Amino acid sequence: MEMLSGAEMVVRSLQDEGIEHIFGYPGGSVLDIYDAIFQSDKIEHYLVRHEQAAVHMADAYSRATGKVGCVLVTAGPGATNCITGIATAYMDSIPLVVLSGQVPTFWIGDDAFQETDMIGVSRPVVKHSFSCRTAQEIPIAIKKAFYIASTGRPGPVVIDLPKDVQNPLNKFPYEYPKSVSLRSYNPTLSGHKGQIKRAVTALTKAKKPVLYVGGGAIIANASKQVLELAEKLNLPVTNTLMGLGSFPGEHKQFIGMLGMHGTYEANLSMHNADLIFACGARFDDRVTNNVEKFCPNAKIMHIDIDPTSISKNIHADLPIVGSVEVVLQQMLDLIEETKATNDSKSIGAWWDQINEWRAKDCLAYKTSATHIKPQQVIQCLYKVTKGDAIVTSDVGQHQMVAAQYYPFKEPRQWINSGGAGTMGFGLPAAMGCKIAFPDRPVVCVTGDGSIQMNIQELSTCMQYNIPVVILLLNNRSLGMVKQWQKMFYGGRQSHSYMDSVPDFVKLSEAYNHIGIKVDTIDELEPALVRAFELKDRVVFIDVAIDPEEHVYPMQIKFGSMQDMYLSKTEQTDA
Amino acid sequence: MRRIISVLLENESGALARVVGLFAQRGYNIESLTVAPTNDKTLSRMTITTDVVNTATLEQMMKQLHKLVDVLRVSELTQTEHVERELLLIKVRTVNTEAREEVKRTCDIYRGQIVDITQTLYTIQLTGAGSKLDAFIATINDAGEIVEVVRSGVCGIARGDKALRG
Repeated sequence: MEMLSGAEMVVRSLQDEGIEHIFGYPGGSVLDIYDAIFQSDKIEHYLVRHEQAAVHMADAYSRATGKVGCVLVTAGPGATNCITGIATAYMDSIPLVVLSGQVPTFWIGDDAFQETDMIGVSRPVVKHSFSCRTAQEIPIAIKKAFYIASTGRPGPVVIDLPKDVQNPLNKFPYEYPKSVSLRSYNPTLSGHKGQIKRAVTALTKAKKPVLYVGGGAIIANASKQVLELAEKLNLPVTNTLMGLGSFPGEHKQFIGMLGMHGTYEANLSMHNADLIFACGARFDDRVTNNVEKFCPNAKIMHIDIDPTSISKNIHADLPIVGSVEVVLQQMLDLIEETKATNDSKSIGAWWDQINEWRAKDCLAYKTSATHIKPQQVIQCLYKVTKGDAIVTSDVGQHQMVAAQYYPFKEPRQWINSGGAGTMGFGLPAAMGCKIAFPDRPVVCVTGDGSIQMNIQELSTCMQYNIPVVILLLNNRSLGMVKQWQKMFYGGRQSHSYMDSVPDFVKLSEAYNHIGIKVDTIDELEPALVRAFELKDRVVFIDVAIDPEEHVYPMQIKFGSMQDMYLSKTEQTDA
Repeated sequence: MRRIISVLLENESGALARVVGLFAQRGYNIESLTVAPTNDKTLSRMTITTDVVNTATLEQMMKQLHKLVDVLRVSELTQTEHVERELLLIKVRTVNTEAREEVKRTCDIYRGQIVDITQTLYTIQLTGAGSKLDAFIATINDAGEIVEVVRSGVCGIARGDKALRG
């Protein structure tokens, strides 16, 4: 059998797992692994400028491809800098394996230089973690980590690797396990047959059904089944922020995103539905508004691979534990077999009602002669990219506007931090997507607050020539914070104004990128066209937008799903 | 409402911390927790007593426990016939013969055992349900001065055929 050191085993195990890209930052306790990477020609390593960005890159790489993202960092600050990234992936159920260095086993507990209990620090935000105390444990730990990260409800897994375990002088027989099974971990994939039958009956009997589809449908690659089911029964489909793209954004049965900044028609359809069929969505507080007033007449059917998501916030009348893809396929097969149909007359009446709500055109906005509206920017981006770009975003108003005004055609096209709401996610996320798909247009829609949280990665873009487009909706303030302060804090703008926003054009040029300033609406489209034509350069477009624009619709706090502000002056009847 | 949850989990480093972390993280209350390896040394058996406000919380708690990768089985004991026991070790100071006799008598009534003795101190061992131990502590307090109390927390097992196995 081949003899390898612990450090070599790490790299070989990753290779044998099929890992091609890894994101990281070296340091004292992982030097041996970095030395082994140097001698490997199979794994491409990207050196970031801050470890948080490495995790976001790996995370977005995973979101865009469906593969497991992989990160390598050193002990102490290298490891703790990853925490926000790991928490971001955890909240959105993204499979990651994070390898962190550790002080030698004989120093653990002595407060040695760069010692941090990474297993302890990361525990609340990982799916699982491993600490390897001998080199021989490494291949099996890595195999298990990838298996756990990518199956069931996916999530990040941390592997702690003490320095002495990596020692290049100590060689041990290496064999990468072909498969792994854990007696305590067996995710359920297919749905209970009785429940499937009941679900089909309930769904076909419903007069006012809504298909409420979340990120779980994307993770499970269930878009085909969602589309088939929706079309077969003529069901209205709404997406969560994480579910956008799981159903074609321009499909006539798509009623828009739901929730806090959801469309009028989506939120009213939910509120008035007699059956809500949740597929890989988790009734998040940003969706339900006040749970006490949530959809009073609706029976709830819920598919989720994670039993804890079912009946956590909203009681499910018909729970189905399983993968969205498998369960929907089971339902489709049963519908096919039994020729089950719903009553087209009552569904038609339901659509008449929905179309009436749709006619309100809640996403309409007033343009201005003096200011560029953020909505215009996203619509122009959609036009120039023909709806084909991978769009990443940061967190705030620009994120909501992108979600509302860029109808995503396909899954894995919209990459954002939904659960954690991590500012600073967008740029490294765009880089991760571009590394995964070098030939596709990738754009990071960002704000002047968010972009500055990981702007150092412009340097990584320069080093590896990762030609992403950065589209900055610059309102010289923390827009969403300001919106809340204006609406709910008497207009007191406590620390939401950026007094010294840098010259982003010059900053981009300092990193040898192209910076374009857009101050008028006429300059917008040419700037975007140029940015996507320059396929081998990073282009940073700084668009001065109307600083007073708010995001609407917006649900009214403590209200039901249908209670919304529709503009600065309009709201639904109480 | 008081509930007893039995957990069968991998006997691995970090497994206990994950369970305790889960309770802290999700705001669940732990009244007592006992854990030790089973006859199969690769498995640990844990008994947790908790106070939950409603069954939805209990259900969520059990699902969250089961979601931990290390956990094999979770069951709730209080809803079925079960046996629960707790061990008490208590050290009592007595000032005279009369007090010593009273302590011995109380101990006998409760079927406790005196496991250590000095000129002035009795160390008593007692097992039973928590309420029995509470009653004993209250009674012995009248006979002598309580110097130290150690309780193991609850261990529980279902009656009859039901078993939590790997």
